[in-house]
Amino acid sequence: MPDTNGREAFDATDLPGAHAHAPAHEGPLGQTPSQTVGPFFGYALPYAGGPDVRAAWQPDAVRVHGTVFDGAGDPIPDAIVEIWGADATGRPSTERGSFARDQHGFAGFGRAAVDRDGHYSFTTVKPGAARPGSAPYLLVTVFARGVLHHLSTRAYFGDEPEANEADPLLARVDADRRDTLIAEADAPRSYRFDIRLQGENETVFLDYGTEV
Amino acid sequence: MQRPAQQPELTQATISDEIADRHRAEGDAAASAARPLAAHPRRDFAPYRSTTLRHPTHELVRADPEEIELVSPAFGHTDVAAEEADLTIQHTGEPLGERIIVTGRILDGDGRPVRNQLIEIWQANASGRYVHKRDQHPAPLDPNFTGVGRIITGDDGSYRLTTIKPGAYPWKNHRNAWRPAHIHFSFFGSAFTQRLITQMYFPGDPLFALDPIYQSIVDPAARERLVATYDHDVSEPEWALGYRWDVVLTGPTSTWMEPEDADHA
Repeated sequence: MPDTNGREAFDATDLPGAHAHAPAHEGPLGQTPSQTVGPFFGYALPYAGGPDVRAAWQPDAVRVHGTVFDGAGDPIPDAIVEIWGADATGRPSTERGSFARDQHGFAGFGRAAVDRDGHYSFTTVKPGAARPGSAPYLLVTVFARGVLHHLSTRAYFGDEPEANEADPLLARVDADRRDTLIAEADAPRSYRFDIRLQGENETVFLDYGTEV
Repeated sequence: MQRPAQQPELTQATISDEIADRHRAEGDAAASAARPLAAHPRRDFAPYRSTTLRHPTHELVRADPEEIELVSPAFGHTDVAAEEADLTIQHTGEPLGERIIVTGRILDGDGRPVRNQLIEIWQANASGRYVHKRDQHPAPLDPNFTGVGRIITGDDGSYRLTTIKPGAYPWKNHRNAWRPAHIHFSFFGSAFTQRLITQMYFPGDPLFALDPIYQSIVDPAARERLVATYDHDVSEPEWALGYRWDVVLTGPTSTWMEPEDADHA
């Protein structure tokens, strides 16, 4: 029976935070859609030390770098790249403080905005393989204006030909596109991994079952 | 301030027609395949012109997530100071505009909270201007507003931000193109495959129907999920208006098995 204050409609579950104690939703909840990172993330997402996942002076540090290209073959000057990789033994880092850079630790996560020439560069460690029979790789994610939903790929290592040969994901990729997933050694302790969003030698991008 | 020079004559009507055509085509394709409309935007959504050379033309390759993809970087309170959740206290003076509170919860697809994970936000000021050298919109900067914030979610997946309601702003996709007011959000889930960058909008914006970025999501129900709701219980008397926005980060489906006769085409 409505009263003038509408108080009969009051329900404790309407209180802020009350639904925190509600039972889990029946059935899967709808995914929140992606939107482009846009052009104006430059003062928000990059952070000091973001590209330095491992301090460059550490003996196990390697450089992983490359250029992000569009479908016309032109460098994209406003992309932002993230990497996430296991440590040298193949285990993901559980170190708290993924933004913190203390020169000694390894948190596994890096973020680098590309420069005006579309180039990004990380220092990190070469990860170990997650398990016998798979090849080591870094997870690489690309965001940019004009990219409505970020793109994920993997950077495997060109100096691991035997492991790469046996890797189940690489085996599933068409042979003539497999090279787009390989970071090739281009200098001592340095690997080059260019990312082509479209066109000739378009990078193989991955769907982890999250393309809903 | 000077009005900028006239833009090329790609009209809103042309863009709106393209949006309607694509929505119709996506609806027909989903109906004939008896599948739901996609929740995520179409990467090749042509009415948003910047997608033209920036979307892959090959199908994505299905990958089984390995351990590294099933965990996420460990952010924590060493990374983010509590004050970073309030974008109105970063300068000596008060920013101009309508003070708002934005709160909600981050959940996975099963309704479980995404605990202790990082949220990053950035936005235009009340006039629709970003603190960014490439933002040429002739609207005033606000010396008391940078428009950047961060917060770590609570044990119940909750977050609460204080900021200024951003203004709409023009962009150069077509003549007289305006973005609906929005706040950019970046999320980490408990698995790296739940990573999400998106934009939160405000209810009732008349620009929704005209905006090719918002309309790149072809499922109307999914589009609605980017729109916060006004919540009077969140509003604070004599202080700020409240909005609620919950976010769902669906996890990877790890039960997928490669078909026996997988078609590599």
